Amino acid sequence: MTPALRHKTDPGIVFIDNDSAARVLHYGEDFLEEHLPVGTRVVYPPPPIRGLPNPRGAIRHALNHPLGCDPLYAQLRPGMRVTIALDDISLPLPPMATPDVRQTALEIVLEMLGDHGVDDVHLVIANSLHRKMTESEMRRMVGPDIHKAFYPNRYYNHDAEDPNGMVALGKTRHHEPVRVNRRVTESDLVIYLNINLVPMDGGHKSVTVGLCDYESLRPHHEPQTIRDSDGYMDPAKSELSRKVDRMGKIVDRHLNVFHVETVLNNRMYSDALSFLGKDEDEFSDLDRLKLAGTRWSLSRLPAPAKRQFLHRIPGAFELIGCYAGRTEPVHEKTLERSFQQYAVPVKGQCDILLSGIPYISPYNVNSILNPLLVQVMGPGYLFNLYRGKPLIKKGGTLILAHPCHDDFDPLFHPSYIEFFHRLLPETRDPFVLRTKYEEEFAHNPSYVQMYRDGNAYHGAHPFFMWYWGENGRQHVGRIIVAGAKNQHVPEILGWESAETVTEAIAMARSTHGRSAEITMLHVPPIMIPEVS
Amino acid sequence: MSRGEPANRPAKAAAFYDLDGTLIRTNLVHVLGYYARNDQGLLRSLKTTASTLAGIPLFLATDFYSRKLFNDLFFKWYRGQSYDRLRSLAEDLYRDVIRPGIFPGTRALIEQSRRSGLRQVVVTGALEVSVRPLLDDLGITEFVANRLEFVDGRATGRLAPPVMASASKALWIREYAEREGLSLNDSYAYADSMSDLPMLSVVGHPTAANPDVRLRSTARHHDWPVIDLSQPNLTPAL
Repeated sequence: MTPALRHKTDPGIVFIDNDSAARVLHYGEDFLEEHLPVGTRVVYPPPPIRGLPNPRGAIRHALNHPLGCDPLYAQLRPGMRVTIALDDISLPLPPMATPDVRQTALEIVLEMLGDHGVDDVHLVIANSLHRKMTESEMRRMVGPDIHKAFYPNRYYNHDAEDPNGMVALGKTRHHEPVRVNRRVTESDLVIYLNINLVPMDGGHKSVTVGLCDYESLRPHHEPQTIRDSDGYMDPAKSELSRKVDRMGKIVDRHLNVFHVETVLNNRMYSDALSFLGKDEDEFSDLDRLKLAGTRWSLSRLPAPAKRQFLHRIPGAFELIGCYAGRTEPVHEKTLERSFQQYAVPVKGQCDILLSGIPYISPYNVNSILNPLLVQVMGPGYLFNLYRGKPLIKKGGTLILAHPCHDDFDPLFHPSYIEFFHRLLPETRDPFVLRTKYEEEFAHNPSYVQMYRDGNAYHGAHPFFMWYWGENGRQHVGRIIVAGAKNQHVPEILGWESAETVTEAIAMARSTHGRSAEITMLHVPPIMIPEVS
Repeated sequence: MSRGEPANRPAKAAAFYDLDGTLIRTNLVHVLGYYARNDQGLLRSLKTTASTLAGIPLFLATDFYSRKLFNDLFFKWYRGQSYDRLRSLAEDLYRDVIRPGIFPGTRALIEQSRRSGLRQVVVTGALEVSVRPLLDDLGITEFVANRLEFVDGRATGRLAPPVMASASKALWIREYAEREGLSLNDSYAYADSMSDLPMLSVVGHPTAANPDVRLRSTARHHDWPVIDLSQPNLTPAL
């Protein structure tokens, strides 16, 4: 079959043939080129939907034509207290080229507030138990003018450990406590500016999770909820989403929240790296030159320099949808648009699922993808990228390409270090970890101090990261990491290791046989296979 | 050696804090300088202050080499001071020197630690007479500090044994934990200096607070948390 015909059998799907080009896999802060066995199915993300020609106009239109409530301007009156909450640096990935869509939306909203005599306005980053953003990251996100006008007294990170900063709004019928940021509860109007990259973002999660504290997060960030969720990307089948929605309804009963949700396309690579999203059979000479040049440069840089280089390449995302108004009708439209960008129809599950792990995750922007985050990316996110049924069969083998360095950022992830080196060697059982250690870490005064006054993830965060991989671990039979640079990291994670991708595939075939169905998920950019 | 009464609430673990450089910016030399500046009589005050300033490089050098040697040399400067005078100056010393030097993150750390059910214990090489007002302010009733030896109401320039420094702090913590039924494995310790490595090493949860270069590097090596109490929290009070 010629290359031209090969990818026409199904859009976004390529089957490897005798003369197929090597596939490019992310491998942490490097790339691999691998010749895959004939018959391997490679699933590519859909091409980026063209960005809206006038993003500012689209945002204004959404504010003036909201779903389920009055337009924003009609809700404003002089002297009222308004809080604008913003998604944190975990979205989008990588951070988008400036101006960030939050800056664009903020400029419009702040102008509207000013025109209506509203000057008691605070900007709060809804970082939940994520690390607080640094000042330079905050400046980049909203632009220098807004930063100058609001930082630090009126533009700050949410602090889930502020003893006076949280208010209990009530409990659900399942006794889940709903606790959110005090400033938000004391505001006449809360405007939430969201970025939707995948379907699990936004909706009730924005306020209920983004502005909550540890006590309010515990009911759904726990292993049983994760086990009961049939994927994270299909809200209808996610127990996690059900719980958050239940708690979010209490938020909506108490607060007047005006959601502004933005949907971005999947153009995560700027021109210099755009070849990474392409079918390798269609690489031009220039693409091959760029790939060789990038690999050559990266091979000569020390790890910190490589990291800096890669983290400084912004995403070229474009706005493809903006909706405003009440939580549920807005999020329904957002999800619809989001699936238009991310969904890929795929026929049938596979025995062996292969994917490279990139240098970035939602939890290590400007930092190291440590072993626990490699785990989050594998059985956590990659496994859960599906709608319908998992891409990999029950008992299948997941192959991940990553060097698995035993390397942690002590400023951003201090509690991860103790979790990985002290707790995981004792047990990998998430229920035991939760019962025995989670609260100790959550209340550890040093971790609380580092979360509050530094830029550390909350002490309990590594537990949530481990739970995140729970349904993946329950589903797959084996996880093999290809190219690990040491033995102990895969061992601590409970994984097997192989020197190369070829060796990993051979190991997997020893379980599933020579006729095993092999699929490579060509991510990033993100996609959501709809498996029939 | 002196210590206050144990807290009423029973707890199975404690947080042990070094003081100078850990919870407060000031140290023994600031305290000595304050006493020197306030010595009786202008001429004597100038002389004592000049002599104290001249001694600072020696203090730094000996502290780098050995905390015990530092103590032997340093406390000689107190020879001849009366207990009453040191005591009466302590409140002013606290107000003028120590209180402004409390790190912005200190009170929040102690409060969080208290909420976690840990007993709060200060283990310091500072002088007991000079730290009492601070500990009262922080609500810490359990502490051990160094005491000057007095003969006929005048300081001899020596410390009453046992002297709180380096390994003796760790020894005191072990004995105290045993006496009070505290689990060292579940206890926390906070210190800023390499000389306090023994104290950090005897608990299950050591933390380097505003550490010097050597302790920072050691803490990184052992994967201990490193906190910076000197940074103000930027979340505005509502």
